[in-house]
Amino acid sequence: MADATATLRVFRGDAETGKAVDYEVPLTPGMVVLDAIHSIQANQSPDLAVRWNCKAAKCGSCSAEVNGRPKLMCKTRMDSLPPDQPITVFPIKTFPVIKDLVTDVSWNYEVNKKIPAFKPKPNAEWKMYQRDVDRGQEFRKCIECFLCQNVCHVLRDHDKKQDFGGPRFFVRTAALEMHPLDSRNRIPLLREQLGIGYCNITKCCTEVCPEDIHITDNAIIPLKERVVDQFYDPLTMIVRKIFPAK
Amino acid sequence: MSPATKYETHEHDVLIIGAGGAGLRAAIEALAQGARVGVVCKSLLGKAHTVMAEGGLAAAMANVDKADNWRTHFRDTMSGGKYLNNWRMAQLHAQEAPDRVRELEQWGALFDRTDTGDILQRAFGGHTFKRLCHVGDRTGLEMIRTLQDRGVDLGFDVYMECTITRLLKDGDRVCGAFGYWRNSGNLVVFKAKSIVIATGGIGKSWKITSNSWECTGDGMALAYEAGAELLDMEFVQFHPTGMVWPPGVRGILVTEAVRGEGGILRNKNGERFMEKYDPKRLELSTRDIVARSIYTEVREGRGSEHGGAYLNISHKPAEYVKRKLPSMYHQFKELADVDITKGPMEVGPTCHYVMGGIRVDAETGQSTVPGLFAAGEAAGGMHGANRLGGNSLSDLLVFGRRAGLAAAQQAGKCPATAIDNAQIEAAERDLLAPFTRAGGENPYKIHENLQDVMQSLVGIFRNDEDLRKAIVELEKLKARAANASASGSHVYNTGWHLTRDLQSMLTVSEACAHAALARTESRGAHSRIDFPKTEDAWGKKNLIIAKKGSAMTLTEVPRGAMPAELQEILAESK
Ligand SMILES: Cc1cc2nc3c(=O)[nH]c(=O)nc-3n(C[C@H](O)[C@H](O)[C@H](O)COP(=O)(O)OP(=O)(O)OC[C@H]3O[C@@H](n4cnc5c(N)ncnc54)[C@H](O)[C@@H]3O)c2cc1C
Ligand code: SF4
Ligand code: SF4
Ligand code: FES
Repeated sequence: MADATATLRVFRGDAETGKAVDYEVPLTPGMVVLDAIHSIQANQSPDLAVRWNCKAAKCGSCSAEVNGRPKLMCKTRMDSLPPDQPITVFPIKTFPVIKDLVTDVSWNYEVNKKIPAFKPKPNAEWKMYQRDVDRGQEFRKCIECFLCQNVCHVLRDHDKKQDFGGPRFFVRTAALEMHPLDSRNRIPLLREQLGIGYCNITKCCTEVCPEDIHITDNAIIPLKERVVDQFYDPLTMIVRKIFPAK
Repeated sequence: MSPATKYETHEHDVLIIGAGGAGLRAAIEALAQGARVGVVCKSLLGKAHTVMAEGGLAAAMANVDKADNWRTHFRDTMSGGKYLNNWRMAQLHAQEAPDRVRELEQWGALFDRTDTGDILQRAFGGHTFKRLCHVGDRTGLEMIRTLQDRGVDLGFDVYMECTITRLLKDGDRVCGAFGYWRNSGNLVVFKAKSIVIATGGIGKSWKITSNSWECTGDGMALAYEAGAELLDMEFVQFHPTGMVWPPGVRGILVTEAVRGEGGILRNKNGERFMEKYDPKRLELSTRDIVARSIYTEVREGRGSEHGGAYLNISHKPAEYVKRKLPSMYHQFKELADVDITKGPMEVGPTCHYVMGGIRVDAETGQSTVPGLFAAGEAAGGMHGANRLGGNSLSDLLVFGRRAGLAAAQQAGKCPATAIDNAQIEAAERDLLAPFTRAGGENPYKIHENLQDVMQSLVGIFRNDEDLRKAIVELEKLKARAANASASGSHVYNTGWHLTRDLQSMLTVSEACAHAALARTESRGAHSRIDFPKTEDAWGKKNLIIAKKGSAMTLTEVPRGAMPAELQEILAESK
């Protein structure tokens, strides 16, 4: 074990050009890919660009494509990857590269601004029960790693960034819409600006979410139902107004 | 050339450096006052250290234990801080924390609930009552997201991945800040009427640490360079429970909530050793005591396999553990191959928090430099010699709000100031110098050596000889850092960034070592083997570090007498 090494094949470059560069890294027990990247920085290439903060899967900074799969580098054990071939570490593909493993995710922050914040019902009593907040808490586990945004084909392959908000922002909208004391209606926004209709429920987003949020089943599908109810079924909508679902 | 043409320039009434809990809360308050607010941070928005906070936020809401009130919270905080706290801050904190929590709820936060529909509170070390409002073990995430959403809604300007390297002054007053964009290396000047420093802690100077790369003490170093005073820098908290195995995760935090939920500590012989060190409070003793206890067990040969202690929560139902401590469950399962619902975790002390910081006025967060404010971990005084768990998140809210309010009010009255080009040019030269020193040293090596020095010589137990040695070593490291080099492009160049962060780390490390050497007693987190007793005389003074000319100076300041009504609270029996 002491002398064991791994080869990391890391993307080095910027928005214009780049290539994969191989690095030999000594292995230690329990090592994660982010440790290996840090070892390259410290010993071989101090200018290797990478984002990280917590090293414990809590901040969502260290997203990358490891052996072609979207992962948090701090949560991906080296011993979970085939030892006999180079481990490729590339930036997430859906967003423009700034340098090496760092991408420009600012588009996400722009989309976020379109979503109206929480607005409590007038005279809310501020009593909520655990069963009423369970669902919202599931969505609020989101660490904004943007891995779901990265894999969603509407963004990744079709580049619909103008018309489509992406799974992360359906999750945020769902948290607000299902908040027991919220008073706003974001259903028109979902249909028009966030383009929820583009989602064809492939569930790729759910598969990669490191927080195990059931993005499709618990957020997107119920939101789609609400869109349908409000826009195509005025009767249900009136019933909902009288007997609100939340 | 004027700065407006040579450098990208932005102008605000209030500039906030830091987007953790303290910075965001300050920004929200300054916005509410009608100020034009800019927030600068080194990482992306929402990734500041606050996001990692786990266990909860302390506020005497009395939702679970009806007997709780601010007076008990005040008394617990003072007692935990070994009475060195700024008592006015401890009072304001205890009185205002419940309102600050309710505010978070009104902005959309979803805390765990009691059966009666209120915010649930859990037990934590040193708190007499169940007092920590929480969301499982991801309270910091809930807090930062709530504040971030609120700030976005109110419309602040955020400058993400931008590092401030110098405060600009006009005479005595701060009037702006200079920094660079991490993404491009381009330089930027901010003009502001008041500035709030909310840059968090200094833990990255130690080898075993729960802190992220951002915690390099920049704000304290910036303030110090600008003439502000630093207070209580000898008090660094080592959290008793960090992970110890495998090596890559060493130091990562294991939340105190594990003990709050009933976790038990044992040594390799199976002994519940806290019975020996604090028979009354056991695992829920204060952090300084639990950290020293584990350290002592290990040193005396009763440590766990990898040099820590065993912390066990597996006597609780597995479903309960997974619901109340989900991220601990995943952290151990994925990173250490340990299922905490079935067996014990291995834990040991990790550098976690600095009680010391920029010396501020209790009511306003005003530093000793006009126009300059500080809040959160970057400010000193509130926690005295040892912080209680949960009291940081509440501190961020209470004093973030107060600093934002005062900064906005003062901005309204600020005289016209002018930016001095010479200061900007000097800052630019310093910042870019590493690119001109081809063949200089790799900053990562210097950082590694700094961490070794602080870990081994300015750690949990200290003595005169070690501290003197540390000061000598720090001098050598400063000389090496002055010769550190960077190569490659200016775009997202992490090695170059580290050359600058090292300067801050060295300044705060030096301040810590000097203050630790001067305080010849043991109190709270500061344990001197050669002076094991807590001395009344030392309880009557604080140590202040300031820059005079180019030298670091240390002075003792008397603390004055506590008002009678607060003394009465301390005298009340529980
Ligand atoms: C793992 C962990 C768990 C914790 N759990 C708890 C808990 O349960 N309860 C509790 O009360 N406390 C807890 N703490 C402590 C608490 O989280 C921190 O003390 C607190 O979050 C600090 O907040 P802050 O706003 O002062 O600074 P931070 O959140 O550290 O934010 C600092 C900000 O300043 C910015 N910054 C720094 N330098 C510069 C610069 N030069 N230029 C521009 N921007 C800069 C950073 O980018 C960042 O945005 C925990 C700490 C850790 C490490
Ligand atoms: S389920 Fe919808 S949002 Fe998720 S990846 Fe598929 S198309 Fe995208
Ligand atoms: S929903 Fe999951 S995958 Fe998407 S950003 Fe949040 S944590 Fe990441
Ligand atoms: S570093 Fe925070 S999620 Fe990986």
